[in-house]
Amino acid sequence: MGFPTVISSFQTSEWTQALILAIAIMGLNILVGYSGQLSLGHGAFLALGAYISAILAHRYKMDYLLTIPIAALLTGVVGFLFGIPALRLSALYLALATFALAVVTPSLIKRPAALTGGVQGILVSQPDPPQFANDAFATVTGTAMTSDQWIYYISLFCTLLLFWVAWNILRRRPGRAMRAIRDGEVAAAASGVNISAYKTLAFAISAFYAGAAGSLFGLATGFVSPDTFPVSLSIQLLVGAVVGGLASIPGPLLGAIFAYFLPIESNQWVPSQTWIPAQITSTVKNAGPAVSYGVVLILIMMFAPNGLVGLVTSGYSALNRRLRGAADRETGQIPPDPQTV
Amino acid sequence: MGQKAPRLAALAVFLVTIAACGGSAPAAPQTDIGITSDSILLGNTIAQSGAAAAYGTIANAELAYFTYVNGQGGVNGRKINFKILDDAYNPAQTVPLTKQLVEQDQVFAMFSGLGTQAQVSVRDYLNQKKVPQLFVATGATTWGKDFASNQWSLSWQPPYQGESHIYAKDVLANHPNAKIGVLYQNDDYGQDYLKGLEDGLGSKASMIVAKESYDVTAANPFTQLTKLKGAGADTIFLFSTPKPSIQSLAFITAVHWEPTIYLNSVSNPQVYMAAAKKAGAALKNVTSVGYIKDPTDPQWAADSGMQLYKTVIASCTTCKPEDGFNIYGVAVAYTMVTVLKQAGSNMTRKNVMDIAANRLNETNPFLLPNVKVKTTSSDHFPVMQEQVITWNGTGWTLQGSLIDERGTIK
Repeated sequence: MGFPTVISSFQTSEWTQALILAIAIMGLNILVGYSGQLSLGHGAFLALGAYISAILAHRYKMDYLLTIPIAALLTGVVGFLFGIPALRLSALYLALATFALAVVTPSLIKRPAALTGGVQGILVSQPDPPQFANDAFATVTGTAMTSDQWIYYISLFCTLLLFWVAWNILRRRPGRAMRAIRDGEVAAAASGVNISAYKTLAFAISAFYAGAAGSLFGLATGFVSPDTFPVSLSIQLLVGAVVGGLASIPGPLLGAIFAYFLPIESNQWVPSQTWIPAQITSTVKNAGPAVSYGVVLILIMMFAPNGLVGLVTSGYSALNRRLRGAADRETGQIPPDPQTV
Repeated sequence: MGQKAPRLAALAVFLVTIAACGGSAPAAPQTDIGITSDSILLGNTIAQSGAAAAYGTIANAELAYFTYVNGQGGVNGRKINFKILDDAYNPAQTVPLTKQLVEQDQVFAMFSGLGTQAQVSVRDYLNQKKVPQLFVATGATTWGKDFASNQWSLSWQPPYQGESHIYAKDVLANHPNAKIGVLYQNDDYGQDYLKGLEDGLGSKASMIVAKESYDVTAANPFTQLTKLKGAGADTIFLFSTPKPSIQSLAFITAVHWEPTIYLNSVSNPQVYMAAAKKAGAALKNVTSVGYIKDPTDPQWAADSGMQLYKTVIASCTTCKPEDGFNIYGVAVAYTMVTVLKQAGSNMTRKNVMDIAANRLNETNPFLLPNVKVKTTSSDHFPVMQEQVITWNGTGWTLQGSLIDERGTIK
């Protein structure tokens, strides 16, 4: 919370990006982790949210903050509509269809050039912090608040709100229904779960989150253009969701931190290390962040197949068993079976 | 004695204050963030991974030139440090990386950032912060044209529209009855070229019988070329990046088509021509323009500028000397060093920007003879002269004389 008061304005803007990514990954997590539908094209929903906000703010002079819920809602509606044909597609085919969506997005954006600014993109002016925030910030740090820091607090507010909402949805009936569908559609249907309703609902909620994230993304970047939403963005989101840990609430946050910072840091850190052989360094430099990113990703998938959250929980229960096991052996009791979720 | 001491102390303080205020200010050299007594820090974002990674070598070539200059004693005793960050051609990464360079690394100026969308995405930010955004590696017309509203941003290479004007002149002079078909990349770069051609043809713009665009992500432009052929075009303009250009040249030969070909300078380095030949292209009647010396052209073998280039590029282990992007990088770094040298002891961002945008008049050894890198208070397109070249089967032949497009882009 008080983060921006101790780190620089620039570092704050990096954390803003990570938070925004966390919102998008949370949306993807609801779709992939809870309802079991794979999407390789979530970048398209981000693009939609970003462009709705940018167009409303730029062409119709709306306050950007007001456009965030509008962008989220409209993207949610589009996600719902996309969810209907998606019902007919089983796992792999759905992945391909969504992937196609991600591939055509940059080209689609370019076509209505009058509306989207075409290849030139749209510049989004970043808002100055309001007086009350500026005053509060100044009393703590003694310096004026920058717009980067203000955008961080906006993003933090949205992240907390949306994570709280997700937590509430997922631990109640819709969450249970989605998990039931994921684990066995026939069994879920037999238990009275409306399969198509919950599947499209998952798509709608997921797109809603992506739309909100996209809108914030435009605000934090100050610029939206077709190249801002390449196919790799969709892959980055999925990687974040899997690495963080599917079907968990804190997972998307950890995944976002991983997916945002690892490519940047590995690309700058590896070449700065003198103990790493020059050949490896130049390979990393030439291949970009992909190499170190790939290596770490493979390691995580090998040693923590359930993501970072899975690693922590399994580590904790193993430790717990061990401690309890020692105690139980003394008392002659057998340790209980590990619980499965 | 007891009374004298305070008075003496007061006098001493007075003198010291005078010395501090008056003594040092006028004589001390002016500097800004990113400048120390022995270093200058420049920042750069460029695509070194992803789809446009081929451009990445430009920054390495620039670094090689700065290293060479540092070896010669630097700029007025200061060594140039150059920090390169990879933005993968994605504006969403350019923004945070540029902020990092400006706010965390505290660079003096941004130099030779690559990509139109990427550089436009940080233009407002850099202008707000009054950080020079010098010699961006994009030929979009907006940099020179919109200088009045972005006085901290400047490009270097000839704008694409200027190049198209030259093609228009050439086609009107040599092929007045041509039926023109245009293949262009559907982005600002391709559209800029197309606009320049249409403007240059003026009332004869109806000579264009068909225009087809492809997207950067397209696998190849074969469908579009087939359509152009079907429309009866006998003169083809390729406003495309190297890969689709090579594919197009090979495809044209493969379908037994022999149009007059105008190939944009982006794709004319000899390495790409050789690749096209290898792919089966006949390369007949190919015209392009040049402003930079081609490292593989034997006519420059004994040229002092080319020899300097070979010396400089040898220190970059990952750079291929025959790659046209590398001599581009060395040439633009040469201009940067000229600007810094000209700033002398007045190393402020304002002064450096003023020299670059208004008072530049340089002869660059890596450019074709007589090409000037020049700016004035009313002209902010540094390189504006180009020469028509035709492919002779093994290399480019310079045709006619330099064509100056200065002042033609409004």
